[in-house]
This record gives sequence, structure tokens and C-alpha cells, in this order.
Amino acid sequence: MDNHWIGRSAERVGGVDRVTGAQRYAADIRLENVLQVKLVSLDCARARLNAIDKRQAAKIEGVRCILTAGDLPGSPLGPTPRYGPTHADRPVLAVGETRFFGEPVAAVAAESEDGAELARSLIRVDYEELPAVLTIDAALDPASPLVQDPEIRGTDPRAHTNILDEWHFEWGPGWGDVARAEAQCVIENDYTFPMVTHFAIEPHAFLAAPDSNGVTIWSPTQHPFVLQRVVASVLGWPISRVRIVAPDPGGGFGGKGWPKYEPLMAFLALQTGRPVRLVLSLEETFQAARRTSARVHIRSGFDVSGQIVFQDIRADFLIGAYADIAARVVSKASYAACGPYRTPNARIAARALLSHTTPSTAFRGFGTPQASWAVESQLNEAAGKLGIDRLEIRRRNLPARGEAFIPGDTPADGDWLLALTKAADAIGWHDPLPSNRGRGVSFGLKSSSTASASFVIARLHYDGSASILSGTSDMGQGARTVLTQIAAQELGIAPDRIAMIMGDTSVVPFDSSTSASRSTVFMGNALIKACRDIKLQLRRMASETLQVAEDAIAVEAGRIRLPDRDVSYADLLKACFGPPRGEVIGVGQERNRYIADHPLGGKPAFWELMCAAAEVEVDLETGMVQILKLVLVSDIGKALNPAQVEGQDEGAAVMGLGHTLMEQLILDERGRILNLGSLDYRIPTVEDTPLKLHSILIENGDGPGPYGAKGAGEGGILAIAAAIGSAVNEAAGVTIRDLPLTPERVWRAIEGGTGHRFLWPVSY
Amino acid sequence: MKIPVSLRVNGQAHSLEVHAHHTLLELLRDRLNLTGAKECCAEGECGACTVLLNGRAVNSCLILAVEADGEEVVTIEGLAANGRLDPLQSAFLEKGAVQCGFCIPGMIMAAKYLLATNPHPTVPEIQAGLAGNLCRCGGYSRIVDAVAAAAKAER
Repeated sequence: MDNHWIGRSAERVGGVDRVTGAQRYAADIRLENVLQVKLVSLDCARARLNAIDKRQAAKIEGVRCILTAGDLPGSPLGPTPRYGPTHADRPVLAVGETRFFGEPVAAVAAESEDGAELARSLIRVDYEELPAVLTIDAALDPASPLVQDPEIRGTDPRAHTNILDEWHFEWGPGWGDVARAEAQCVIENDYTFPMVTHFAIEPHAFLAAPDSNGVTIWSPTQHPFVLQRVVASVLGWPISRVRIVAPDPGGGFGGKGWPKYEPLMAFLALQTGRPVRLVLSLEETFQAARRTSARVHIRSGFDVSGQIVFQDIRADFLIGAYADIAARVVSKASYAACGPYRTPNARIAARALLSHTTPSTAFRGFGTPQASWAVESQLNEAAGKLGIDRLEIRRRNLPARGEAFIPGDTPADGDWLLALTKAADAIGWHDPLPSNRGRGVSFGLKSSSTASASFVIARLHYDGSASILSGTSDMGQGARTVLTQIAAQELGIAPDRIAMIMGDTSVVPFDSSTSASRSTVFMGNALIKACRDIKLQLRRMASETLQVAEDAIAVEAGRIRLPDRDVSYADLLKACFGPPRGEVIGVGQERNRYIADHPLGGKPAFWELMCAAAEVEVDLETGMVQILKLVLVSDIGKALNPAQVEGQDEGAAVMGLGHTLMEQLILDERGRILNLGSLDYRIPTVEDTPLKLHSILIENGDGPGPYGAKGAGEGGILAIAAAIGSAVNEAAGVTIRDLPLTPERVWRAIEGGTGHRFLWPVSY
Repeated sequence: MKIPVSLRVNGQAHSLEVHAHHTLLELLRDRLNLTGAKECCAEGECGACTVLLNGRAVNSCLILAVEADGEEVVTIEGLAANGRLDPLQSAFLEKGAVQCGFCIPGMIMAAKYLLATNPHPTVPEIQAGLAGNLCRCGGYSRIVDAVAAAAKAER
């Protein structure tokens, strides 16, 4: 079939609305008769709640409801309704104790935002501040208070610790004495990765309204069906009574993946019998979601040739007060922590540690940037010690295509050496370096979606146009565009005759999530099946209606090809259905099966791989790091829309510059975020971007998705920190193992002479 | 207490009464239902609420509605004329500068002001002109390319 639509940088579907201001994000939705909601929280992380006095607030004109934990109805899950995607541990409103700075203790619904704001300020909370667990060491100290009440953890053997969960992965015949003896170079270090926040430009916004069926919730969620399940569960209702409408998110990055305040909004709507609306401030968004910080203790053994003999990793992730999806982040990232390298012996121990901090959740890369920072930096140190080029040490450890690098799991599914070569060429690895400049290279490898499922419905209308009903969320990655291109290609219909319907659980069929860079692969494959279903039906209909043998009929390029003529879809449907009219409905599904004894519940459908190379200049007087050039090479199988893939890679990389150079949430001893908001928490601006940013795509058609595609979107962030860390070492002679590499930290390292310059030979 | 305010928005005259503490952004979004200007930081750092006030780019979250009395405001909704996109809007689409789109109205209005005051900016001048507008999806380079392309198209 002619390839009209695949591999083209088709213009973004929904683009015109986005440049004209017509796009309606959640906060732009106007509901009649709506009440405005504000949240009440305390000026500390942890406090015992003695009493909440609503009397003054209730007197404010227009206040319709003030909700506290005590006002909530019981739920099937216990006396206090609790929720969460993996652990139902989070109360709808704080009960007994607050567990993080910003945890809502009450919510006010009023006729106006001003009224709600005034009432919020008049709610008097009698509380007693308590010491908070804010660091990894404090979380591990048996003398520290428990973040979660052991009662809600049931039979969990760790209920009397602050360890939410822990994982041990181990493989290799030579693990133990043999491996140690073989390792002629052993390097042992601690690496830390800061707490960072997603900072989507759209703060979270939620609406909820009771309806004749139950309740409808509007949320810019990435996973409408997770939200539907969780809300139904906390209400004790069947799924069918909860409708989720998910407007396209104004940036997600994981921060809008898992339920936040939607259960509270459902209770408020049901309590008041009115639509309710809550738009978080950016500060409240900081308090609602973040990336987990981490400390990775790592011992790496290499032989003299630089081949990895073993990796011995203990990774501690400081998650927040409630589980959210953090357990999955920690297990998934630590499982693949050794990166894209042949690692004959591995021992990985990872812990998710509860603390009195913002609940950490998914964040682009899903724990991989934390692990990659450590493992890739170790490779650079080993190269320095062994006198091997940093490219060469990677080359010697990269598995060939088809080679298993985690025993029994999805083998290397790309030409990863090619990625290294392309990155080296593009950065000019061999070119002489002026003083104060350095280069670095790093890989990042992320496990993609494991067990998950996407369903889709394709409707071919009477006039030959089509509507696609898909549960994917378009949060800027361009899913609408790519899925439209796939439908256009498969059905042979121009994109402007295809409607991509998303984000309403009462309309679209089930989809696991928009996460793990999975939508192009899973939803894309499902959509191809749905389109082919339509084409099979069209052949049968043509055969019956036009009295032609089925095997003499082909459906291609949007036409029904008969032995003697072509018929359009519209003409066939007209001939077949006649005046009553009708349509052809195709369904498709793509599932990756659940494997009960697999550590992650299933093998990754593909590996998301990025190789990044950076050239930096360090100002030795100030410690400022300037990125002169950043090269990104992603192995994506097939770019269905090259401009969108490159845009995702570039955006992810600049986001990676954030946690590498400037971003970190800073807490005081009471657990308050000191740099709360955009004035004090800086993300990269247009002036912080690399002078040259070059995205390269490797397209070998070797992915499991449509036309050989793999997923993309997270890769760009995975490898940035270690590439820049290594470049800073070469430029300034300092070894820093704590992110971010702020000017202060770099300057102090230069002044204090910490670390030393590795002398890497450049020979490739 | 409410204060009467008269202003022109996208060429259209409006007279209304506003609270003294309400911002121009609230007036636009909540009173006139012009939701193209966005609220993110509400403290003048992100630029998502950028509009033109008497031709100058301002953070509408930092301007009180009463301060706009008698003034001329242009929002993102006022750029496309008779269904024809502004060259900046077209360039943003053509260069792939739009991802989630939430920052884009503010970004385009800041660029509009930049090109009005400096029709042929260099890349550093474009960067300086957009330094007050945050984007979290992209790498900014496509936005810079789009502004440069729009400048060229208008030449």
C-alpha cells in the first residue's frame, strides 16, 4: 500500500486551537451553577489534628459546604475513605494527623472563589506540630516516628517500619567471591538525586458534578480509566456509575497520571448536589506531586579491559507520605538499573521509604534517571581509572541485538552501538577541546510498558469519514496526531475526515494508561487491528451486496477494488444499507500479557533507549555550566511523525537539564518547601537551553509497534545528568555525585578541590 | 465594592464593574470568557497570561483589572483575523513549536510584542524576548525557530 501518512511530520491535530486560544483545558471549562472549592492545609508537614472550627468560615456569604474528614461518609474500605492506585492508603482528607506539607485537612465550597478564599482563611485548626521524617536516614532510623499508621498496612510485615516495600533482584553465576576476584577495578560511591517537581505549565484542575447516573469528574488525567476505577472504589460504586471526562492535559509528565484530589471532588459534588470546581495554584501543585529523590549506593566491578563484572546496587528512594504509584516506580527502575549493558552478575536492592513529604509519583523516566545517574557515572570513573575512552568502555559492554542482558527478559532490541557512534560523531568526540570545556556521553535505558491493555473502536460513517474512539490522553506528546496518521494510512482516508475522540470514559473503550511511552505501540497496534476489522467487513459487504467473490475484492487506499471497477466507501455503504443508513464498526485490542512470576508482572514490550552526548563550558570563577552542545540519539524503530518525536526528545532533554543543573525542592526542618513556586524554584528558560540541540533518530523498523515503531517521549531525559556530569569533570576537574550541579556546588568543588580530573584517552 | 471599568478587548468595547482586587487576567477569563490567556504561577514568572496592553506585552496576572480602565487589550483570541492565522500562529504550527499548548498563547503574545518592537530579531534577541515565558514540553528551539520564521515571513 502506498505510504501516504506514516513518517511524515503531519501538523498537530488540535494545533490550530492551541495557537488561537480556543483549546479548552480543564480550568477553561465552565459549568452552570458551579461552586468554587479551596483547600485548607497547615504550615508544617506533620501535625496532630485536635479540632477544626468551621464556625466563622460557615458564616461567610455563599459558603455552601465545609468538609473535613469527620464529615465524610464511611466507605467499604473502612471508616475513613482511602484511595490509591496500588495501596488504598491515602485519606480523602487528613484524618488524625497530617503527613505532608500541604495535605488538605478541609475543603470549602462556595458560590465564588473570593468567598471560598475568605472562608478558607477563617477555618481554625487546633493542631500540635510533630517531628517529621524528611530524609532517607531519618526514614531508616528505627527511632523515627512511623509515617503511616500500621493499622492501615494490614498484614504487611514492614508495617512497623517506614519501608513501604523493598525489592531484591539478583542474577549471575559468578556472584560472590568469583565475581569479586575477577573484578580488577572496583569502584564504590554514593550518588544522590534531588526531589523535583513536574511543573507542568497547567496546574491541576478538577471539576465534579452529580448526575442522574452517579457522578462525572473532569480532570486532565493521563489515565481516565485508572481514575474511574479508583473513584468508583472509594465511593463503593460500580465503575459504570462514574464518568471521567479528561480534557487534553496542559502537560503531564507523570504528575497527572494517578488520582490526586478527584475523590475529594466526588464527595463534595455528592454532598452539595452541585457541580464543584477546584483549580490548584502552582504552589499547591508543587505540594500535590513530585519525583522521588534517591540515594544510590553502588559498587561496580570491572576487569582490566573495562568489562563489567558485577554491579552491586542499593538504591533508597524517598517517597512521600502515601504510596501513589511510587512502589511501581522503584521496582521498575531498580529492576533495569544496570542500564543497557551486559552485566554478568548483579545484585540490586531497592527500598521505597515513606516520609512526611509530598507523595512522589510517576515522573518522566519513572525512576530511571536516578539509577542512570549512578551507573553511568560509575562507568565514567572506571574508564578514567583504567585508562579507557568513555566511548570504548561503553562499546565493550553493550549487548548485541538479540542478546539478553537481564536473564530471561526481553533481549536487546536495537542497534545500540550505532546510537553511541552517531552520538560521538555528532558531538565531535575526537575534536580538540579548548580549556574549561569538556564532553560527556551517557546512555539511558528504560523498561517500557509491561502487562497492559489498549482497546479501541473505529467507526466508518455512512459518508466514508471515520471516528476513532480511544482512551489515550494527548498531553502534548501528540497522540491525536499519530493515531490519526495511523487511521488515515490504514483506512486510506484523509486526516481531515477523521475525528479522534478521546478522554471520556462514557464514550471510549478501556485503556490502561497513557504512560511508559506505550500509546503509539499499544493503542497504535489496537487501532491497526480495528481498521483491518473494518476492511474485512467491507470486503464481506461488497461481496454480498455487489455479488462478487470475496477473494476478488481488495480494500486499499480508501477504495473497494473490484475486478472491473472501484467503489468508494460511501457508495458501498449506500448500496449496502440503503435509506435507513448505517455504519461499519471495527474494534481492536492490544494486550501484553501478565506474567505472575515475572518481577514486573510482564516483560517490557520494548526498551526505550537514549544516548546523549554533551559539550559544556564551565566558568571556573562562578561555577556556571553552559551547555554548548547537546546531542540526543534515540532508537525508536520508526518515527511515525519525526517532528513530534524530535520535539519530545528535545523537551525531555531540556527537562533533564533541569534536574541536572538547577532544580531541587528544598525543605526546612518542619518539612515545608522553602522554594515553593516559580520565583524560587527555577526550571530551564529559553536562555538556559543548549546553544546547539541536535536530535537524531535511529529508524531500523525493529519495534513491536505500528510499522516497526517503538515508544518515545521519555528517552530524552534518561541520560542527561551523567553526560553533563562527565563533561563538567573534564572541563573543571571536579567530581560531583550529587545533583543538581548548581553553580554553587560546582564552584565549591572547584575551590575545595574535591575529586580529581579523570584522564580519559580519546581513542575510538 | 465594585468599580466601573471600560476597556477595549480585541477591538471590542466592554463596560463592566469589577472588584478592586481582581486582576486583568481574571477579568478576561472569568468575566469575558476569553480563556486563551492562562494562569500558571500567578506571580509574573511564567508568562502564560501574557497579553498586549496598549501594545505592550504584560503579565495580565500582575495588572489589576481597574488599571486597564480606558485601555486597549489584545489577547490571543484577537490575533487571527477573519479565520486567517497570524504569521506567528502559522509559524508555530509549521515549526512544530506547539506541544501541550498551554504556554503557547502567552508565548505568541510575547513574540508579537517582540516583533512589533524589533521586526528582525537575532536569535539571542528572540531568546531575551521570550525569557519570561516558560514552556515545559519542548526544548524551546522550535519556538525560537518559529519566531524567526514569522519575522522572515513578514519581511
